Amino acid sequence: MAPGPRSIVCIKQVPKAQELQVDPVTNTLKRVGVPSEINPPDRNALEMALQVKDQFGGEVFVLTMGPPVFTSALEEALAMGCDRAFLLTDRILGGSDTVPTAHSLSETIHKIGGYQLIFCGEETTDASTGHVGPGIAGHLDCAQITYCSEVQFLGNRVRGKRSVEDGFETWECPLPCVITANFLSNRPRPPSLSGKIRVKRGGLITTWSCADVGIDPGKVGIRNSPTIVAKVDTVVLPDRKAKIFRGEPKAAVTALLDAMAADGVLSR
Amino acid sequence: MTLPKDKTEYRGVWVFLEARRGRLRDVSRQLLGVARGLAQTRGSDVSGVLPSWNVEPLAREAIEFGADRVYLVEDPRLETYTSRPYAKVMATLIGKHKPEIVLFGASKNGRDLGGRLHAMIETGLAADCVKLEIDADGNLDMIRPSFGGKSLAHILCKQHRPQMASARPNVFPIPPRDPARKGEVVREPVEITDADLDAKVVSFEERRGHKGNPIEDAKILVAGGFGLRDPKNFRLLEDLAKELGGAVAASRKAVDAGWVPKDYQVGQTGRTVRPRVYIAVGISGAVQHLAGMQESEKIVAINLDHNAPMFEICDYGLVGDLFQVVPEMTRQLAERKARRPVPVAAR
Repeated sequence: MAPGPRSIVCIKQVPKAQELQVDPVTNTLKRVGVPSEINPPDRNALEMALQVKDQFGGEVFVLTMGPPVFTSALEEALAMGCDRAFLLTDRILGGSDTVPTAHSLSETIHKIGGYQLIFCGEETTDASTGHVGPGIAGHLDCAQITYCSEVQFLGNRVRGKRSVEDGFETWECPLPCVITANFLSNRPRPPSLSGKIRVKRGGLITTWSCADVGIDPGKVGIRNSPTIVAKVDTVVLPDRKAKIFRGEPKAAVTALLDAMAADGVLSR
Repeated sequence: MTLPKDKTEYRGVWVFLEARRGRLRDVSRQLLGVARGLAQTRGSDVSGVLPSWNVEPLAREAIEFGADRVYLVEDPRLETYTSRPYAKVMATLIGKHKPEIVLFGASKNGRDLGGRLHAMIETGLAADCVKLEIDADGNLDMIRPSFGGKSLAHILCKQHRPQMASARPNVFPIPPRDPARKGEVVREPVEITDADLDAKVVSFEERRGHKGNPIEDAKILVAGGFGLRDPKNFRLLEDLAKELGGAVAASRKAVDAGWVPKDYQVGQTGRTVRPRVYIAVGISGAVQHLAGMQESEKIVAINLDHNAPMFEICDYGLVGDLFQVVPEMTRQLAERKARRPVPVAAR
C-alpha cells in the first residue's frame, strides 16, 4: 500500500465574533483586546486532515501567516495532533488581501514541499471570502475541491464529497489537490494532553520571514493588494416592536396568524 | 498570466452565467439586472459568459434578461462545472476582451471559480456583495456585509482590472424578461485539453430531507431548539414548514443532542440565515443563536417561558406550549389556504 499523504493545513487566527463590538465614536469595529481563536471552519479542515492521517497514515503540517501571536493557533493545532507547524510572519505582509495571501501561502507551501493534500477551511469568520483556498490552487496550478464534507485518499488521487446547493457531488482529482472543508462537516477533536506536552517540549514550530521563503516583497502587503476597504458602515438592526400573544392556544394562534396576515407576512 | 495594466483598455460589464442542470441559475438572471444598471452608468454594455454544453437557448434567455451579447463556449467537457476548465475559459476570454467589471453569483461554483480565477489573473475580487454601485470616480463600489452582518464594508479595486465581485443570491431582483430584446450570441472557441480536466465529477446525490432547499436559501424557516425535548418532535416543525413552503433549522443545543444533522444549525458556530420569516420554536435565544438569525426579515418566537430573550427581538411572540401551538398553527394555516377565495383573474 502506498504511504499516506503529507497534508498541509492552512489556518488563520480570528477574533471571536461574539466578542466584537462597534466603537460608538469611530463607528469601526473594536479589534484590540478582543480574544481570538482558530477560525472555526479551519478546525474542520484540521480534523479532516487528521482523519486522513488516522486512516491512511502520512503526516499533517499546519501553516499560518500572520503576526507572532498566531503561534497560539499553531500550538493548539499541534496539540490536536499535527506533526509540525510553520509560521510565516513578516511586517511587509500586513494588510494583504486574498491575492497576496494566496500567493504567500502558495510560496510557503512550495518551500515546505513534498505535499499531496492542502486543506483550508471553506472561509474565515472575519473576512468570509472563501477565496484563499481556491486562490492557492490557482497559484500552484493544481486541482481543487471546495466545500468538502468527506475525503478519501486513494493513493495517487483523492476523492471528495462536495456540498452544493442542491445536493452532494463526488469529485475525484489527481494530487496535489487543495481541499476546502465544509464548515461543520465534522466534529473537530479537542487538543489532547499528550499533544500539549509535545508542544511544551518545543521544536515543532518553524518561523519564516518572506526572505526565508523567497517571497517577492513587490507581490505582498497592503500596497500590492488589488482591493481596499474604503469605508465601513455600521448596520443598525431594526427595532422590532413585538406583538405578543398568549392564552388559550387555539385563540392565540388565530390572533397571531391574523396579525401576520394583516401585516402581509403570510401573503407574499 | 498577466493582464495589461492600462485601465482605459477595459470596457463593459460581464456576468458569468451559471448553467445548472439545463437551467440558468436565478442568481445569474439577477446579476443581468445589476449589470444593466452598472453598464448604463458607465456608458458601456452587458455581456454574459456561458460555458457549458448544449445551452444555446440559455444564451438567448440571458439576452431577454438584459445581456447585449453572450459569449457561448460549448464543449461536452464543460457540461458539468469543474474548476480548472471553467477558470481557463474565463481567464482566456477576459484576456481577449478586457471587461471592466466581472460579476459572479456567490453560489458554491461561483465562489470556487472566482477564487481560483482572481489568483490566476491577479485582480481584486469582493465576495458575497449585497449592493453594487459605481462611485464618483467611476470605480465599482462593492458593498458586502462583514463581521457576521454587524457592518457593511465598501470594497474598491482602484488600480487593477477587471474589478470582480460575487453577489449574494436572492438579494437582487430578477429583471423583467423581454422576449423582443435583441442581442448577439458569439461562439468563442476555447480549447479544452485532457490536461485541463483534472477533476472528475463521478456522482451526484440530490439532497434528501430539504431537497434543493438548504437553510441558507429558504425563504421561511421553522427552527427548533432544546424545548422540543425529543428528535421525533421535529416532525411537528416539518409539518409546519411544509405548510408554509419553508425548511427546518435548529439551534446548537438540538444539533449537539444529535437530534438533527449539523447542516441544520443556525448561529455563531452554525449558519447565518436571513429568511423572510424565521419561526423560533422552543429556542430561548442565546446571543450565539441570535447572531445567526437576527437579520431575518420577520421573527416569530414560540416559547413557554415568557422571559426567553427571543421575545425581546421578535416581531411576533406566542407564549404557550409548543406541542399545542405548532400543530394548531399547521392546522389553521391549512384551513386558511382552503378557504382562500379564488383570485379574480382566475375566475
